[in-house]
Amino acid sequence: MTPRFPRGVRLHHDQARDRWVVMAPERMFVPDETALEVLRLVDGTRDVDAIIDALATKFAAPRDVIATDVRAMVDDLVARGALAP
Amino acid sequence: MNPPLALLAELTHRCPLRCPYCSNPVELTRASGELTTEEWARVFREAAALGCLQVHLSGGEPTVRRDIVEITRAAHAAGLYTNLITAGVLLDAALMARLVEAGLDHVQLSVQDTDPAGAERIGGMKGAPARKEQAARLVTQAGLPLTLNAVVHRQNLHNLPLLIETALRWGAGRLEVAHVQYYGWALMNRDALLPTREQLDEATRIVDAARVAHRGRLMIDYVVPDYHAARPKSCMGGWGNRFLGVSPAGRVLPCHAAESITGLDFPNVRDTSLRAAWEDSDAFNRFRGTGWMPEPCRGCDRKEKDWGGCRCQAFALTGDATATDPACALSPDHGMLAAAVAEATSPDFRYRGFD
Repeated sequence: MTPRFPRGVRLHHDQARDRWVVMAPERMFVPDETALEVLRLVDGTRDVDAIIDALATKFAAPRDVIATDVRAMVDDLVARGALAP
Repeated sequence: MNPPLALLAELTHRCPLRCPYCSNPVELTRASGELTTEEWARVFREAAALGCLQVHLSGGEPTVRRDIVEITRAAHAAGLYTNLITAGVLLDAALMARLVEAGLDHVQLSVQDTDPAGAERIGGMKGAPARKEQAARLVTQAGLPLTLNAVVHRQNLHNLPLLIETALRWGAGRLEVAHVQYYGWALMNRDALLPTREQLDEATRIVDAARVAHRGRLMIDYVVPDYHAARPKSCMGGWGNRFLGVSPAGRVLPCHAAESITGLDFPNVRDTSLRAAWEDSDAFNRFRGTGWMPEPCRGCDRKEKDWGGCRCQAFALTGDATATDPACALSPDHGMLAAAVAEATSPDFRYRGFD
């Protein structure tokens, strides 16, 4: 699966509060640190495996641990409409 | 004090529809009193600087303004996420293309009923249903996300399953099922609109089931009617806490219905900055936080959850804007709501309009 932002959804830097928010139709939410790491790697070309590889390298963490977290996170973000599969 | 998150820009009170539950004030502003394009552009820049992230371009019908494209462009240029809240009946392919080019992010389209005859009667406009279906097509063909908004009440709730089907068929990613909130025009039409407890429970059951069935495909937002509630809604997430509205004539409001409360002097963007209105005006500070609350709100452990409920409803029903919202079972006036439900049997509407 190659996640992407659906039309009308984007990651936005909220300058007034110095934080990142996911902007979506008539709503917004503040991703936690883990979700933000995943969302920043979403570019419509990286698939989930590539995102897992990138995060395993960045955090020097075991790939299987990262993989479980990332798959659950992407699933949740898809259900919330923040990502499209 | 938190900065506001969202701006409701009520660009006009003019509208081809005449819905009897319209959220506009009973005294409508005429075109000659409306803010100009440049005044709106300044409002958007000030709102973004203050911390607003999204703007809802609303009305009335925002597309009756000939400068709706320039207004959209100005909101986008200010860095705001732009939502167009429209009845859709004036939208054509050329306007849609220009709005997309101006940076529009999302369209919310109202639906009065799925039954065309019912929709024409409730909205008070012949031919509206077909134009709305066409508008939905234009939005999705343009690649923009679409929300359908249905205000629901006793006279259209029986079509809720069809409404959900319509949202899926028209390609909406979101559906708002919003029970009428009773102030202004809707309060005048309360006897014709209030659902029964059985209707409400059935609607809630249908929405819950649809949320599960269409998870990941259709998001459903559900606004419940507080006449059947034991606790009030957290109105606007607290007065002057998250939300900022600007009326067609430039008045800065903590809630789109706030002008229904008499005795509050709302600042105007023609005289003051949005920041001064938000931070320093009496109208915004009057019910901000919890310091203004009398009992039973003052000693309540939910006071920072529901903020005493809705000030407009408290004022409309009790004449006292500081009273606990009668939607709360702890309010001494709570019995008024059950009495209103029992009395609500009229089929007739009083349509909105200019005097």
